[in-house]
Amino acid sequence: MAIYGVALLAGCMFAGVFLGDVLGVLLNVKANVGGVGFAMFFLIILANRGIDKGWLNEKSQSGISFWSAMYIPIVVAMSSIQDVVAALSSGPLAILSGLLGTAIAFAFVPVLVKMGSKG
Amino acid sequence: MDLAAMFSKMFVSNGLIGAFIVVGVVTFIAYKLAGITKGRIHGSAVAIFAGLVLAYIGGSLTGGHKGFASIPMFAGVGFMGGGMLRDFAIVSTAFGADLREIKKCGIAGVLSLFIGIITSFVVGIAFAYMWGYHDVVSMATIGAGVVTFVVGPVTGAALGASSEVVAISIAAGVVKSVTVMIATPLVADLLGLRNPQAAMMYGGLMGTTSGTAAGMAAVDPKLVPYAAMTATFYTGMGCLLCPSILYLALNAVMG
Repeated sequence: MAIYGVALLAGCMFAGVFLGDVLGVLLNVKANVGGVGFAMFFLIILANRGIDKGWLNEKSQSGISFWSAMYIPIVVAMSSIQDVVAALSSGPLAILSGLLGTAIAFAFVPVLVKMGSKG
Repeated sequence: MDLAAMFSKMFVSNGLIGAFIVVGVVTFIAYKLAGITKGRIHGSAVAIFAGLVLAYIGGSLTGGHKGFASIPMFAGVGFMGGGMLRDFAIVSTAFGADLREIKKCGIAGVLSLFIGIITSFVVGIAFAYMWGYHDVVSMATIGAGVVTFVVGPVTGAALGASSEVVAISIAAGVVKSVTVMIATPLVADLLGLRNPQAAMMYGGLMGTTSGTAAGMAAVDPKLVPYAAMTATFYTGMGCLLCPSILYLALNAVMG
């Protein structure tokens, strides 16, 4: 049943986010450290196991794939609630530093990809 | 019978359902517009950009800070695009990601996080200095804002920065996030952003979860989980490094 997949996804998210929160407290940081990343990792492991062992059948998988198909619409909704007015009206300091910070990070993508393929 | 009032009340009391309609219509129009460009611009990129335009309209009409969701009738869009469903959907994209690809990433992936955070921090400091903020706390807070709009206020609160500086740091982070959303599909080919490894480096360098999530979706939805996987560690790392090591390093240099 589709709900099994949805429940597995939800369980992975909670396990990951909780781990991220605990890690944040241990590191004395006021943020969640890698919670969503851990959740994704759990989902990859468990979904692969479930498919191999047969307890995650196609109907159950459809519960996960529905949400992954809803990903872009959710991102569209997310972009529509950004404080774009503040970002544009905050003056050149915020705009220029945000722009240049992004540009430099972009420039490092090919550099690191080259490094990664060597190592 | 006031039909308009009844209609808007329906939207208010069924917020999430209304959001499905709004986003469905926006997406439909965006994909039609993208079709005119004969596939040169991906529909999802147009849809995300349309979302930002709605955010601007909503924010400037109401003076609110939640973009389109500042309009009471469309508050449900805020629920659909809020942190809970966003993270839920991001996690779901891991379904189908290949663990072998992730393992290939290795040291370069970890390095991408450090380079991403440190370069952003330095850019923020340089601009803050040029704009006349010469005290270490303000410079570090604005630098942290360029890291992401979460790291800025966290750092500002930890160091005791003024609220004006914290506001600038948030704005710088939002500018970065919006720039990443818009620029990623435009520079994807130039940067070779076409495989899982490159997506992971990109996620680690950019860090802004909302920016990378939207930017990568507009390039290739299959690569989203790889970018999100590294990006999700970025904010936590930034909150760890900015108010501590990076602040102390800046203090040592400037003081």
